[in-house]
Amino acid sequence: MTDIAYKPANHSGGPGVSLSVRDVSVTYPSGVTALKDASFDLTGGTICGLVGVNGSGKSTLFKSIMGFVSPTSGEVRIAGMPAREALRRGYVAYVPQSEEVDWNFPVLVEDVVMMGRYGHMNFLRIPSANDRRKVDEALDRVGMQALRQHQIGELSGGQKKRVFLARALAQEGRIILLDEPFTGVDVKTETAIIDLMRELRASGHLMLVSTHNLGSVPDFCDQVVLINREVLAVGPTARTFTQKNLERAFGGVLRRFSLGGEKLHDDDDRRTLTVISDDESPLVYYGDRNNVDAPVPSHEEDEK
Amino acid sequence: MSELWDFFVVPLSYGFMQRALAAAILIGAVCSVLSCYLVLKGWSLMGDAVSHAVLPGIVIAFVLGLPLVVGAFAAGLACAVFTGYIKENSRVKEDTVMGIVFSGMFGLGLVLFTKVETEQHLSHILFGNILGITPADLIQVAIIAGGTLLIVLARRRDLLLYCFDPQHARAIGLPISVIHYALLTLLALTIVASMKAVGIILVVAMLVAPGATAYLLSDRFERMLAIAAGTSIGSSVVGTLVSFHIDGATGPCIVLMQAFVFVLAFLFAPRRGVFAMRRST
Amino acid sequence: MSELLVPFEYDYMLKAMFVSALVGAVCAFLSAYLMLKGWSLIGDALGHSVVPGVAGAYMLHLPYAAGAFFAGLLAALGMALVKQRTRLREDAIIGLVFTAFFAAGLLMASLYPTSVSIQTIVLGNILGISDADVIQVIIIASVSLAILMVKWRDLMVVFFDESHARAIGINPNALKILFFTLLAACTVAALQTVGACLVIAMVVTPGATAYLLTDRFGRLLVLAVAIGASTSFLGAYISYFLDGATGGVIVTLQTLVFLTAFYFAPKHGVLARRRGHPGDAAEGMVP
Repeated sequence: MTDIAYKPANHSGGPGVSLSVRDVSVTYPSGVTALKDASFDLTGGTICGLVGVNGSGKSTLFKSIMGFVSPTSGEVRIAGMPAREALRRGYVAYVPQSEEVDWNFPVLVEDVVMMGRYGHMNFLRIPSANDRRKVDEALDRVGMQALRQHQIGELSGGQKKRVFLARALAQEGRIILLDEPFTGVDVKTETAIIDLMRELRASGHLMLVSTHNLGSVPDFCDQVVLINREVLAVGPTARTFTQKNLERAFGGVLRRFSLGGEKLHDDDDRRTLTVISDDESPLVYYGDRNNVDAPVPSHEEDEK
Repeated sequence: MSELWDFFVVPLSYGFMQRALAAAILIGAVCSVLSCYLVLKGWSLMGDAVSHAVLPGIVIAFVLGLPLVVGAFAAGLACAVFTGYIKENSRVKEDTVMGIVFSGMFGLGLVLFTKVETEQHLSHILFGNILGITPADLIQVAIIAGGTLLIVLARRRDLLLYCFDPQHARAIGLPISVIHYALLTLLALTIVASMKAVGIILVVAMLVAPGATAYLLSDRFERMLAIAAGTSIGSSVVGTLVSFHIDGATGPCIVLMQAFVFVLAFLFAPRRGVFAMRRST
Repeated sequence: MSELLVPFEYDYMLKAMFVSALVGAVCAFLSAYLMLKGWSLIGDALGHSVVPGVAGAYMLHLPYAAGAFFAGLLAALGMALVKQRTRLREDAIIGLVFTAFFAAGLLMASLYPTSVSIQTIVLGNILGISDADVIQVIIIASVSLAILMVKWRDLMVVFFDESHARAIGINPNALKILFFTLLAACTVAALQTVGACLVIAMVVTPGATAYLLTDRFGRLLVLAVAIGASTSFLGAYISYFLDGATGGVIVTLQTLVFLTAFYFAPKHGVLARRRGHPGDAAEGMVP
């Protein structure tokens, strides 16, 4: 289940694929400090989960990497150069949240993917044969060739996400930021996205994935950054994605279900089953697997 | 001291100035009250739209021999209705639709006006003519403005709730569409009443500035209404007097006076003004 | 029949028709962006805000475009300042500033009626445009059009997805400033053809019409420009027979074209939607 055995391949990333956040603090003019002394270093190939509640500074962090906000102090370096320089060279691809996109914009699927190539094009933005080929390849890779002439508003949730992934692929950015990529996406697309990310990791890409979908993090993230205004923990998932760290990150906003004792065992086994979720009530039951018609017992939520 | 006296009292000796000042007070009052709701609801564009859209209604009413205010009112409401219909049935954004509808209606109104023989001066419709207000006009303004003001004040809490939190209003059983169209109707009536003073193009100023000014100066809605009314009536009266003395167009004088008051509030508001915030940092 | 050709015999009419078409084209280009973002109020505000500048320029015998630009810049700065320091909503701030500026312009015109014709400023007077003003309009419109034809894709990316624009090395703020500068310039040009009060139509309606007719932005631009240019040309032509109200005719025509598209557009029009054209429902219907 967990990719514990995976070790980041130092050679495949090359010197160009790194993201370095050093003591970045962001205080907005209203006085709110969204981020304080955030520091971490990543090199490709890796899939790193950025985990935190809403308002923890995840989006502020993304904005400072993308140059939307200037850090009040500290700096972001990408591929060994200041972030601004790296952005100008198209090193970072951004896959936005679905809510941020205007789906009524009159652009077709292939138009959006072609936008990924604009950084490679000349001043007049006339696509070359190579640009068209890259767009084709990207569309193939996400399985959207058949729908390439559709206006983006006509797509399903999963298809919409694939379009923007294709754009990131076409851009050939070695560092990819994904903002909540699994919201509103069906299981099949989620699996496809994770497979794609694994391929990209193997070829040395660096992916930073902002998510609060705790359950899937160990599935595909080999590293995590836990954030709550400050960086609380950084490191390989196996070591860092622990219950204790999660509770620090979510600060009491978690639902925690514990089943143990007589509810769980009829012997002296003292182990408990703990389920942690940040917003949705997970379905948890324990019982005979063959007796699927048995009613689901209700479980009390622990006060936390 | 005697100059101050002259400023206020000399104009009052003229009948037309008495009527103008009375109209200014009425119009300032009703516009300011509505302005508070428009500012809270984000309806500046709506105010702009409805005030421009009345033009074809005025011309058509003239042609049909109906009272001009009836035509104006109907056209104003029609603008809102058309906008809603087009927005519901196309993918064009609502603000864009509003712009298309009201500018189209205004353009049509200009074309009709050119073709129709009328003793109305286009400039009076567009820019107002408060110094030329007749006693009959004044009575009309008083009835419309007064009536509108009474309705708004009587239902002020429901209207506030609708502007602030329509979901909650719906949840406690308030009829949302009725309130929406009621507010639109009151807006149209206010515009129709104010046409005489500032004309249809500047009315939107009277529908935005007082509320914006009061918003800077208070946190409570009742107080906001009072401040808006005070500044608006004050600006209207002083603006009218100033225009008398400098022999300039009255509508713009009123609007500029209101803008001046806003600037004062912007700079000196006790908690949110620029100087107050400087002191606190 | 020959009466219909009469306007083409007059120089002032040819001037009016071609200048209108040029202005209509460049305003329509901008309208493609404005209508997608719902920026009607900004369009109206710019048209009204430049009036005191124009009035002042005429009074001081300066080029009207310079005065207009100056006033527009001042208004924009005023709005930005108030936005930054108060918690007033954007639409209230815009409404406040542009009406105050417009009132200032009207006051100036009323105090100096001989130098400033307020009718001309507010309603346009392309049929009586002076040669000096024609030159200013042609320069502004041509330069704007040239810039837009080079930069339209970059502008599209900035308005569609600003993060991606940054990711591919575009500076969104620089492009936004460019856009609003071009908008101000075209507002100044459009003052001549339709006047301050109708500028909004020119920078919103053609684009919205094209939006109902196509799903591709590039095609939208072509359609919008074609609609803008032809309606302006035709509007100026028709206004000969009405002896005035050119602005009103142009805008009425543009609105009629929009309504036609609204009903009859093959995929996005009301009739097409009623027939249940696939792919047009709110949720994605593509399997």
